[in-house]
Amino acid sequence: MTQAQLAQGNDPLLAVRDVSVVFGGIVALNGVSFDMKQGQILGLIGPNGAGKTTLFNCLSRLYQPSKGDILMEGVSILKRPAHRIAEIGIGRTFQNVALFPNLSVIDNVRIGTHSRTNSDIVSDSLKLGWVRRGEAAINHKVNDILGYLDLRDVAHTVVSGLPFGTQKRVELARALAADPKILLLDEPAGGLNHEEVYVLGDLIRRIRDERDMTVLLVEHHMGLVMSIADHVVALNFGRKLAEGTPSQVQSDPDVIKAYLGSKDQ
Amino acid sequence: MSAIQETVTDAPAIDAVPKRAMTLGAGTSAVVLLLLLVMPLFVKNFVIFQLTTVLIYGLAVLALNILTGGSGQFSLGQSAFYALGAYISAVLMEHAGMNYALTLPISGIICFAFGFLFGLPALRLSGIYLALATFALAVAMPQFLKLGALEEWTGGVQGLVVTKPDAPFGLPLSQDTWLYYFTLAIAIAIYIASINLLRSRSGRAMMAIRDNEIAASAMGINVALYKTLAFGVSAGITGVAGGLGAIVVQFVAPDSYTIQLAIALFLGMVVGGVGWLPGSIVGAAFIVFVPNIAESISKGLSGAVFGVLLFVVIFLVPHGARQVALVCQHWIGKLKRS
Repeated sequence: MTQAQLAQGNDPLLAVRDVSVVFGGIVALNGVSFDMKQGQILGLIGPNGAGKTTLFNCLSRLYQPSKGDILMEGVSILKRPAHRIAEIGIGRTFQNVALFPNLSVIDNVRIGTHSRTNSDIVSDSLKLGWVRRGEAAINHKVNDILGYLDLRDVAHTVVSGLPFGTQKRVELARALAADPKILLLDEPAGGLNHEEVYVLGDLIRRIRDERDMTVLLVEHHMGLVMSIADHVVALNFGRKLAEGTPSQVQSDPDVIKAYLGSKDQ
Repeated sequence: MSAIQETVTDAPAIDAVPKRAMTLGAGTSAVVLLLLLVMPLFVKNFVIFQLTTVLIYGLAVLALNILTGGSGQFSLGQSAFYALGAYISAVLMEHAGMNYALTLPISGIICFAFGFLFGLPALRLSGIYLALATFALAVAMPQFLKLGALEEWTGGVQGLVVTKPDAPFGLPLSQDTWLYYFTLAIAIAIYIASINLLRSRSGRAMMAIRDNEIAASAMGINVALYKTLAFGVSAGITGVAGGLGAIVVQFVAPDSYTIQLAIALFLGMVVGGVGWLPGSIVGAAFIVFVPNIAESISKGLSGAVFGVLLFVVIFLVPHGARQVALVCQHWIGKLKRS
């Protein structure tokens, strides 16, 4: 992180305030709070069932917290429907890749620009002048992103036929197409081999630095989180266990206990 | 239960087509257009009438294709929108003395609104459940048209007879030939607009919803809006087709628009290739001509013969005309290379 980015990071970009989620009688999240500062890569870790994905789905408005609030640039996002989250600058990828399988790579990424563009069905059907110009602008931007993520060779390939690693890159490209301020990555290293994880870590850092982005990384892969995150939040059983720099969290006795079990068990 | 659930989850995955494959190349389009333009010059009036019917059903199949192939929603209720369009045009012509051509946009707009509104409750349903809900619409429509309260306008069970228009500007064309070209012009305009739509931001949003609703919503797509819009557009085009049908057949009656019509249109879509817009006309030709062929083979068992022919087609080319087109393209490519 550059000094400039650190300096402006006083107000949190995203603030999670005392968020609780209850499914039936099960408490999936219990009063979790943390801040994300501009330009940060925040790693969210925890064993299976710790509530990471639940929190993630609260951020993208798939779940409604039963208590607490989530603030983006000081404004609550909880009144917005899921489809109006992209426009305030929150973009995401999915744990098991949720692309549009029957569409080409380029169309998938074009759809990523939806929240940043306008049209209506009548103008679209008649292909009016402003629609054509809008489409040209979309293509320009998409072409740029495809180049950035090295996807131009497969631009017209239908995504369902691509290798998993490439699909993950397409998903990243689709998220970038919406110009997010915060990128939520749900287990981006899942299903990747050793080398791919290493490349991915580099890529995430590059995106943060070159595209001025803030990243929330939910990840099982400790090596990846510890090597690229500036700040780590550890969850267990829906509660925040520890928070701090990667080395602080790594040496936290509660975190060690959660991952490895305690002696007396 | 498990079998039902499987069908529901599997249903939207019917062979959806990437955008590029939704159209024909420029050369092929020109050949098809030329064929459509010269065909009426060499056949009898009755065959021209049949060709017009093919174009009209082609429009209705295209409308269903936008809904199912484009946005992934099923409908067995297209006959209801078709009936509505037909009656609006017929009533406007016969009771309000309106010009036949002017009634079509009105049918289209009213059917769009009707389809959009029907799409709202349908949002809660998907797959075969949506198919059932639309099925109910198709079953109900003929009875609404027979209602005593509307009889003054609709003619009740008797239906309405519509005057057949002559060719305008003293053109030396028979009524059938004129209506053929009139229908062709409208069909081409709607076909081009449909392709524009599916290739646009709105069309991509619909296809995104078809492929993955949660991801579509995360991209900022208002899933409810685009699903209902797809219903509206589909109903609107079907309404125009219905209006054209009323003008060409010169008659509307409740029992012309039963669930059988909806199933025929569904069949036309499958035979033409789901999601492949040019296939719509092939599917329409199938549902217009194949029953006649079946009847010429055996009068008493025409239904059975039709069933066998349909079975053969689905067995040989499950992806319909689109599959045939792809095979042809492959062969032509081979010929060019050798």
